[in-house]
Amino acid sequence: MVLLSFVLLSTDRHADFLDKPRFLISSILYPIHATANLPHKVIQMTENVFASREYLQERVLFLEGKVLVIEAEIQKMASLAAENNRLRQLLGSAAKIQEDILVAEVIGTDPNPMQQSVLINKGRIHGVFEKQSVIDSQGLLGQIIEVSDRYSRIMLVSDTNSFVPVSVARNNLRLMLQGGGISRTLKLMHVNATADIKIGDLLISSGLGDRFLPGYPVGLIEKIEYVEGKPFAAVTALPSAKLDRSRYVLLVFSKSEKPVLSRGSIKSEFLALEVE
Amino acid sequence: MSFFAISVTLFIAMVLEVIDLSKTFPLEIGFLRPEWVLMTLIYWMIALPQRVGVMMSWGVGILMDVLLGSGIGHHSLSFLLISYISLKFYQRLRMFSVVQQAIVVFGFLFLHVMISFSVEYFFYSVTWTMWNLMPLLTSALIWPLVFLLLRALRRSLQLA
Repeated sequence: MVLLSFVLLSTDRHADFLDKPRFLISSILYPIHATANLPHKVIQMTENVFASREYLQERVLFLEGKVLVIEAEIQKMASLAAENNRLRQLLGSAAKIQEDILVAEVIGTDPNPMQQSVLINKGRIHGVFEKQSVIDSQGLLGQIIEVSDRYSRIMLVSDTNSFVPVSVARNNLRLMLQGGGISRTLKLMHVNATADIKIGDLLISSGLGDRFLPGYPVGLIEKIEYVEGKPFAAVTALPSAKLDRSRYVLLVFSKSEKPVLSRGSIKSEFLALEVE
Repeated sequence: MSFFAISVTLFIAMVLEVIDLSKTFPLEIGFLRPEWVLMTLIYWMIALPQRVGVMMSWGVGILMDVLLGSGIGHHSLSFLLISYISLKFYQRLRMFSVVQQAIVVFGFLFLHVMISFSVEYFFYSVTWTMWNLMPLLTSALIWPLVFLLLRALRRSLQLA
């Protein structure tokens, strides 16, 4: 049986035919996650029930103001997107793809702090699939690594097993970003000592490797260290997404993959403007 | 009846294992989490060795792997080895005082942490911190509580 464990471990690492049993078992184990999330649900409900009238009124006013600001920004975005596509047509490159978004709630984090993953309350029945990109309001959060019936697991970009192909927004320098593990920072791999990179540079996902969708902010360069005698500089970045604070996350579907639930999904129709 | 009691306690232990504290406490609290499921298994193996065998703890290990999203075979391997040892010595462990048992639990958990870390090291990428040893301490400290609670349960249900 020890041998069997080892065989299982290596098959799970290198092949994918254990995914089906894993999917079955994890669907059975849903009650455990649901029970573990109960205290939070109760706290949330009592907060909602006992929130004072003034507080709620204030909150509504605040949110209404925020919606106004965001709507104004979207107007600007729409014209920019149309212009961008027009320019792309002039250059002869493909127009940017349209993306659909599904909102999911975080229902649990990994009990082991060494592993950086969170559980969300959307699964296969909502159209979630493995390797899907997940963002929050600030930037790229991670990717789906395990899908169950009604919940799935996200590996955050800060996990040591997470690698994101990125490019520096300022000069399109292509780099690979690895998670830093417990420190919740990101490490840039194989940065030449002569590379044009500065503190405060924004890293966006480059979409190379067909895993992550391109164009989402991933991190900001925080520290650059040149170690003498080493061929590469040690560069760390701070993640843009609020990795440990986001309560709601956004699952991104590119045009070919549609979310199953249309409720709660926001369609981005920036590109509806016709190009003459 | 005893199967029912064992399943319910294991269910509670699994819930405790995944319950999310990071919204109210800092992230590092996760390192203090005792190994509830392993302790529950150890108790039942000492108390009812004819009910909880090596196969069962291996199966529970598989469930834990899926629950925590680790590689399948990871927890089952260490649960398997620990259950083998504790079933071999269950008569001696029964005679021990609670404090002595806590020390044994400490040793078992050391084995568990070492196996876990080496599995992660060989199959995935992971870095070692001394924090990894924190569950040993918290589990050993909380073992008397687990032991007395489960023994009270077993006696009230008159399981033998």
